[in-house]
Amino acid sequence: MKIFPLTLIPANTRIDFMRLRHVWSALFVLLFVASLAVVGLKGFNFALDFTGGTAVNVRFEQPVSVDDVRERLDSAGIANAQVQTFGSGNDLLIRVRGAEDQKNVDGNAELAANVLSAASTPDNPGQILSTESIGSQVSGDLRKNAIYAAIFVLVGFLLYISLRFEWKFAVVASLTTLFDVMVVAALFSLTGREFDLTVLAGLLSVMGFSINDTIVVFDRVRENFRGLRADPLEVFNRSINQTLSRTIITSLVFFLSVLALFLYGGGSLEGLALTQMMGALVGTLSSIFIACPLLTWGVLRVTKQDLLPKARDEEALARRP
Amino acid sequence: MLEFPRWKYALILVVLVLAALYALPNAYQKNPSVQITPSTSEARIDEALRQRVEVLLSEAGVTPIGTEIDDNHLLVRLHDADAQTVASDVLRPALGENYSVALNLASTVPQWLSDLGARPMSLGLDLQGGVHFVMQVDQAAALQKRVEGYADGIRTALRDARIGYSSVERRNDNTIGVVLVEGADVNAARARIIESLASASGQVVGGSGPQVLADGNRITVRLSQGEIDRIAADAVEQNRTVISNRINSIGVAEPVLQRQGEDRLVIQLPGLQDTAEAKRLIGATATLEFRAVTGDENQAAAAVASGSIPADSRVYYDQNERPLLLSRRVLVSGEQLINANPITDPETGMPAVIITINSAGGKRMLDHTLQNVGNRLGIVYVERIPTVRTVNGEEVRGSRSVERVISSSTIQGVFGREFRTTGLSREEANDLAQQLKAGALAAPMDFVEERVVGPSLGAENVERGLTAVLYAFAFTLVFFMLYYRMFGIVTCLALILNLLIVVAVMSLFGATMSLPGFAGLALSIGLSVDANVLINERIREELRAGMPPKAAIVTGYEKASDTIFDSNLTGIIAGVALYAFGTGPLQGFAVTLVIGIVASMFTAIVVSRALVTLIYAPRKKLKSLAI
Repeated sequence: MKIFPLTLIPANTRIDFMRLRHVWSALFVLLFVASLAVVGLKGFNFALDFTGGTAVNVRFEQPVSVDDVRERLDSAGIANAQVQTFGSGNDLLIRVRGAEDQKNVDGNAELAANVLSAASTPDNPGQILSTESIGSQVSGDLRKNAIYAAIFVLVGFLLYISLRFEWKFAVVASLTTLFDVMVVAALFSLTGREFDLTVLAGLLSVMGFSINDTIVVFDRVRENFRGLRADPLEVFNRSINQTLSRTIITSLVFFLSVLALFLYGGGSLEGLALTQMMGALVGTLSSIFIACPLLTWGVLRVTKQDLLPKARDEEALARRP
Repeated sequence: MLEFPRWKYALILVVLVLAALYALPNAYQKNPSVQITPSTSEARIDEALRQRVEVLLSEAGVTPIGTEIDDNHLLVRLHDADAQTVASDVLRPALGENYSVALNLASTVPQWLSDLGARPMSLGLDLQGGVHFVMQVDQAAALQKRVEGYADGIRTALRDARIGYSSVERRNDNTIGVVLVEGADVNAARARIIESLASASGQVVGGSGPQVLADGNRITVRLSQGEIDRIAADAVEQNRTVISNRINSIGVAEPVLQRQGEDRLVIQLPGLQDTAEAKRLIGATATLEFRAVTGDENQAAAAVASGSIPADSRVYYDQNERPLLLSRRVLVSGEQLINANPITDPETGMPAVIITINSAGGKRMLDHTLQNVGNRLGIVYVERIPTVRTVNGEEVRGSRSVERVISSSTIQGVFGREFRTTGLSREEANDLAQQLKAGALAAPMDFVEERVVGPSLGAENVERGLTAVLYAFAFTLVFFMLYYRMFGIVTCLALILNLLIVVAVMSLFGATMSLPGFAGLALSIGLSVDANVLINERIREELRAGMPPKAAIVTGYEKASDTIFDSNLTGIIAGVALYAFGTGPLQGFAVTLVIGIVASMFTAIVVSRALVTLIYAPRKKLKSLAI
């Protein structure tokens, strides 16, 4: 038996991905709507960055129970404090949401001290590792900027791909990317984890990687449309099969490096790493199953003519004897 | 057919050497240290001070790595952070007010490297520990104050021209409404108003002037939008200058002060833990007012006792709660103050404070002192405490102010823009100068964000970040070597160079490394893999299609390059968006990501190809590839 070369994906696969394209398309619509519903209904557990307020990261000498701390905070009159473990079992993140209109953070040092004294017990004292306080205006601006950033990225993709490929590819690639981000956002919402700035960064870079995967497939589609005499479905199938091993290996290696981040990066990077891991998974699947089937839909149907050299070259051809 | 231009090899060699050289400083550990700088003009940094510091430290049981004197500061290098804390706690009270003692991380990079401009990346607060503040400048208050100043100017101009008016008021929409008495010459008044605003408003610097509209005996003055914008922008800039003086006096080695967005200032104080003290110093939202003294302490006490305070005066109190009568008219306000420094008066040899104000303020001061030599001039320190009240269900933001007379010395002679205040002790002079400078904020500010990172958490974060990057790297390298064999080794070399380039570029541009930065680094490794996988898979594909090995290499690289370019450019678009709309840590993440992507295009397309050519080109009869 030959061990080398190692191949995860057998060479020359001929899987008919397009046969079930209606199923994939239906799944696309279904998941998209479901994701929107999850994000819309369940929403995110927004972190301080977006809500404003004060967060205190406390390290205890021994592992503590989240519920006990919550009770102690309640009885100390610190209402609606959110308590969660952060990294190891000895570290807690205690978040006190600020008033809707809390503009400045003048009172927060006192609040942090109160939180610490309420959370500590004589036999298990805590120590403040870090505190954060954000006023409502800053968090409002952050929310606004997050939306601007997402729009900027999508428009950038649309323009660039229209320029390098064709508008149908651009629309489909952007749709796929939007789909990936929505699904990852919904999954993240379901985990109930804190949505902070790094998670936002994670979501935006998921857009980057997801489009990356899609572009590689489309690049091959373009090449094959020009070089092969075959109907579009056959071209799509071949392109997906040809890029399959690349798609899977890249995603695998990417997944591994993000896993390292998740395992060793500590509490504040967990959210980022988690979105990336989900993004790697969803992005890979969507570039295999979703992107090409979308290119067969109504106005988005791609034909050989779309990719043939444009009018200018035809004129040049016509001028030839 | 398998060949590669010589100049590209030369380019790779140059890049390799430069990258190694500029990444190198990061390998040197920094020493925790204490930096001593003089804070007054008499304090000297010399051998005597060094010996004094060494004696103090050995008494406290701290052995420094060494002490060194360079450009006017004394640096004490210590073995660890605990020794650093002990040392600063010992030195700060012992050295007294004349020196400021700051915590620092001293570089151990050898001189020859520093001479080349190579320096380590600076560590973000999340890796180093310290305090991060964001302050918001209240531009509306700045505007209001300036408009009130203009209204004041109009009153003076009309009075000087003997044009009767019944009121000159700032309205809520920041226009000034002037109501003249019956029969007054509206045109003359209008001309006077325009004249009085000419130097004050932005026309000198090219802006358009204010609109002055007359309607019957009413005149409305409306500032141009350009002027309003300029006042707002000036307010932020001026506050920034003031804050920069204040944070320099806190005693941290490398404070960061940046403008963020339109009206916010970011302050970072590495190594600091006590936020209360820092906030008190930075955030004293105070202003100053110079007012003529209209009645001394005895008269004031009498007026307070009888309850009959003269119409043009108000009662103020000094720090000892003694009353004093000051004019209602503000002569010069804090925003017109440019500088204040404690000096030794050259004529009397006594401590004094030298005060510099801007030209508009100087002119008024000149006018006032011409007529008031021998009278007293009061300086009032106004501290503003923000409040929020609820009126009819709506939040009303206001402020309560505390006013205190900090100086009321006699005017010795006629002066204008620059003058001295004497009759103070050395300590009082220092205090007054400090307060004057601290009071020169053009507009009130609020703390809107505060983050404190403990030093132990910082060290932990560095370790976590490094471990994560290391493992991400190790996973990738092992996978590649197993999966692609010879080409895998080439890819690994390219990836290592990639990492080196990213670190070198970031160090060279003085980027700040933060925890999200480490994440960006780990991700850019994951992403740079993509380019290499594309190439290697393409070569495998061409081989399977029956192409001879050398041709397969060439075709593989050429066909993959286009794809790499397209897919990476979209990644850069996402990075740019993150940078443009993100703040602080997000920008760090974005910068690392973008540099990583660009470096990976270079290493995958150029470097790995060069290596492959180097390995396979000399083989005449190449049957198969280890891929």
